[in-house]
Amino acid sequence: MHIPTFRPVDDPGPDFAALLRSQGLIPEAPTSPVSNAGPITHGTTVVAIRHTGGVVMAGDRRATSGHLISHRSIEKVFPADRWSGVAIAGAAGPAMEMVKLFQLQLEHYEKVEGVSLSLEGKANQLSGMVRNHLPAAMQGLAVVPLFAGYDTRRQVGRLFQYDITGGRYEENDYATSGSGGLHAATVIKLGFHDALDRSEALNLALRALITAADEDSATGGPDVRRNIWPVMATIDADGFTRVDDSELADRYQAVLAETPGGAL
Amino acid sequence: MSMPFYVAPEQVMKDRADYARKGIARGRSLVALVCEEGILIVAENPSSTLRKVSEIYDRIAFAGVGKYNEFDQLRIAGVRAADLKGYSFSREDVDARSLANQYAQILGQVFTHEMKPLEVEILVAEVGAEPDGDQLFHLLYDGTVLDETASSVLGGDAETVGQRLSEAVGDDPHPTLAVALTAAISALSGPERTLGAADLEVAILDRGGIRRCFRRLDDAEVSAITGEVHEP
Repeated sequence: MHIPTFRPVDDPGPDFAALLRSQGLIPEAPTSPVSNAGPITHGTTVVAIRHTGGVVMAGDRRATSGHLISHRSIEKVFPADRWSGVAIAGAAGPAMEMVKLFQLQLEHYEKVEGVSLSLEGKANQLSGMVRNHLPAAMQGLAVVPLFAGYDTRRQVGRLFQYDITGGRYEENDYATSGSGGLHAATVIKLGFHDALDRSEALNLALRALITAADEDSATGGPDVRRNIWPVMATIDADGFTRVDDSELADRYQAVLAETPGGAL
Repeated sequence: MSMPFYVAPEQVMKDRADYARKGIARGRSLVALVCEEGILIVAENPSSTLRKVSEIYDRIAFAGVGKYNEFDQLRIAGVRAADLKGYSFSREDVDARSLANQYAQILGQVFTHEMKPLEVEILVAEVGAEPDGDQLFHLLYDGTVLDETASSVLGGDAETVGQRLSEAVGDDPHPTLAVALTAAISALSGPERTLGAADLEVAILDRGGIRRCFRRLDDAEVSAITGEVHEP
């Protein structure tokens, strides 16, 4: 790997994707539907909920290929940088790649410019990446992320939803994505209120994922036997923190106890 | 057609080296020190926005003295090379040695082939798990690479500052952060001046860091750390 040099007119500045393009490292979108090559791996349900101190993000652990379960412990919620997180639903391969590129883009910008992007700037950056992915999405590789973060300037948690064209929609209270997202959203809608705190928001997110797993075959619920728990993270004034599995096990018991008879 | 005057290559190189050295000597010096907590880098820099010390990658930092626009271009090129390498391979594969070699290539190339050499001296530092694993690559304007061990001083006044630094640190191979910072500040300021936190740019490559180990110390932190040593 050599040090890339540019003339001032074609200098990519802090744009990592432009740098990759200049080095020919961005793959071309497929020209025919990928389903011709057989089923591909999909990740499914992710949710984000705003609470009084910030945001929680959560995602189940299942990945499917057609009707088969291809992974039981895939991760769909990632830190984007210290103050924000990104959760993905859709074709797993391109989604992982998009997250990796997004994380790098934020870090690269911060290093080249000496300051990090605003939360709004990060959300717009991700929007551009989803839009650039549209040709691949048209061939069956759709990726629909959620983005959430703690706005250090306004000191509030904010969350953003996307569609495959790169449309970016800021949501006030909660957002979901993926095949179980509809069921998860109903649970959150019923349980959401403005004064929700971190702990209540985590329980609500967990309940939403359990319900989604109950109704949607592509969403996996907490797997007590294998000790596999959803990935849950909080983003607040202390930054992105992943919630421990032991805490999730306790919360799972608490959520079950709140619903006698098992009707979640 | 007139023939250009013959100038001996020795003379050309000497003139270029003198030119570069003069440019570098105009700026203030910079000190890097291996300490218990990581690699400490201290620069005399009254500006809080135009940086001399910055992050390249997880465990790698960059520092430059001399002409700002020239070393800043090198810094950005280094960030790009490191991020591209980390993206193409893995984060573990990014190392200071190969980056230093690439910088040496650029500096050497410019020194011999361009009209004007780069008026910079740069440092590429990588923090290891133990102080013995730390690497300090000091690069001169002509592409010379110096692999230094416990400390490194960049800038026109390097010899005097280096002497003061080794006197201040003594024979402790791995001083604590507080001792290293106090020594670095006294070495940079010399006997006639005193430098306050506002005149300095201080950063550390944190040995215990999880991923991105580069951290700047703000004025309050610097005063707090040096204060501890002054008031036992």
